[in-house]
Amino acid sequence: MAEALVRLRDLQVRFGGVPALRGVDLEIARGEAIGLVGESGSGKSVTWLASLGLLPPTARTTGSVMLGDTELLGAAPATLDDVRGGRIAMIFQDPATALNPVQRVGRQVVEALQLHRGMDEAAAWAEAKRLFELVGIPDPARRIQVYPHEMSGGQNQRVMIAMALAGQPELLVADEPTTALDATIQAQILDLLRRLQAELNMALVLISHDLGVVADMCSRVAVMYAGRIVEQAETANLFEHPAHPYTQGLLGALPDMVGPRRRLSAIPGSVPEPWNLPAGCAFGPRCDRHGPDCDIQPDFVTIAPGHVTACVRAAA
Amino acid sequence: MSLLELRDAAQSYTTRRGLLGRASQVRAVDGISLHVEPGQTLGVVGESGCGKSTTGRLMLGLERPSDGTVLFEGQPMPAPGTPEWRHLRRRMQLVFQDPLGAMDRRLTIAQQVEEPLIIHGIGTAEERRARVAQLLVDVGLRADQAARHPHELSGGQRQRAVLARALATDPALLVCDEPVSALDVSIQAQVVNMLTDLQAARGIAMVFISHDLKVVRQVSHRVAVMYLGRIVEQGDPEALFADPIHPYTQALVSAIPVPGPRRIKRIVLTGDPPNPANRPTGCAFHPRCQMAISRCAVETPQLLTQPDGRDVACHLSEPQARMAA
Repeated sequence: MAEALVRLRDLQVRFGGVPALRGVDLEIARGEAIGLVGESGSGKSVTWLASLGLLPPTARTTGSVMLGDTELLGAAPATLDDVRGGRIAMIFQDPATALNPVQRVGRQVVEALQLHRGMDEAAAWAEAKRLFELVGIPDPARRIQVYPHEMSGGQNQRVMIAMALAGQPELLVADEPTTALDATIQAQILDLLRRLQAELNMALVLISHDLGVVADMCSRVAVMYAGRIVEQAETANLFEHPAHPYTQGLLGALPDMVGPRRRLSAIPGSVPEPWNLPAGCAFGPRCDRHGPDCDIQPDFVTIAPGHVTACVRAAA
Repeated sequence: MSLLELRDAAQSYTTRRGLLGRASQVRAVDGISLHVEPGQTLGVVGESGCGKSTTGRLMLGLERPSDGTVLFEGQPMPAPGTPEWRHLRRRMQLVFQDPLGAMDRRLTIAQQVEEPLIIHGIGTAEERRARVAQLLVDVGLRADQAARHPHELSGGQRQRAVLARALATDPALLVCDEPVSALDVSIQAQVVNMLTDLQAARGIAMVFISHDLKVVRQVSHRVAVMYLGRIVEQGDPEALFADPIHPYTQALVSAIPVPGPRRIKRIVLTGDPPNPANRPTGCAFHPRCQMAISRCAVETPQLLTQPDGRDVACHLSEPQARMAA
């Protein structure tokens, strides 16, 4: 792989003794778009909140998060302040709650510009206008003066993206950025993210429960289950040759858009509670290929170049 | 005879912009005609504000249309709150997106499922207990989960409990408003399969309202696509999603991210979804439509039946337009 921008090593998070993240290893190259998929509680968001030191003090985080040569875990607050919103920016599912409702949207972007790029008032407003234009907000000179409630959900998400770009990030973490949006607006925002990522050569981590969104946007995908990555591969590889039974199950559970309709192959049961995880492979109890050898935590096996999975059946 | 029929049904609400703003009429549903056949599923798709939930409320008689009629088994829908309407409500039930919000947190699952039986005076206490136990089995819940409270169940289990309650009175019609949107993919597939199985076993008619085209295609016998309070395209789901005719349906279908290679070129619509309080003239979709002609801005297209049997409301798909093209 090209030079790694971010390197997570054995990242673990426990909330009051309950494991939320159980050893995540992940590398992100400069300019790369990687998707993180998984169901609620699989740890896709916690991975990034932990990496950026955004978890409450009750969370115990261990492992290592390297951004270039800088270790982020346990870093000084001043270091983290520079990184957050600077070298690494994050956007969330619901732009309406992430924006300050009583402040004009332009002012919020200006604040980020002053904080991260030390611009004076006039320069920051000019740059904010340029960013609004970049993210495709029509009539930026006027829209910069409105409040979040005067804009639609899609436009607010564009403002959030403009704010994230204010710090000229090397990595943008987008946590379910289009889940709250309508289909045609989702297509607009994904289009925008794709364009920005290419133009600004920015790395992108796209967190989503929607395999389709990830397939569309990312060159590489990591699938998470119960606090671990269970499979990682180039996108085309993962969708054509899924190796982990959970990945196979997720793809089978998805209705098709073309061809004859078939009964969905649902994964039986539900995700285990984090305080009540089975021994060994956490997917074991729901897996139709479960055997006694699954009671030991499976190691990663490489089944093709760049394609790894944590399943003892994968090689067979 | 259709189980349920909407004839030119319309619903307007009065809204006010700001505290002292002038009251204005918003037409949430603007003259739609639909029918639901016994034992079949009608899918209703569209984006926020297109009127799909209002349509669901009209279908259940929760609201009276400001224009047009709603017929249940050929009879006009009684006014909401009347004894006739209450009586009819046993035959039609509603399932929402958020099962926790639809349940009483203080009651056990068994108590909630039994409630509609008590309300409608069905069976003795003994018979009701047996019926509740059977219903829970039917939706795939374990017997020991009957004594649990909603917060002790997972999202998927709660939606199963809500379904058990909706099925308690043996309805002929189930209106599901985004029933699986809040569920994870693997659980969503379980609930979708269960709905199809229940329909096959009980012959229930369903109206499946959702923004998720993939799920709608999976469960529906017919699909209606709504835009700003009107039906723009309606027909067989496989044909409709494989070869959408209306430019809005085309954009909607092309916007769905699918794993694997893309079959159709993505059409990215410009502009926001329109505001029902500020409906464009003519075809409501024309300001966002790439194929709009001058006629689209002035004349509202009628829903016309195409050679393949589906209905489309677009000037460009009218017979004379097709000949000219």
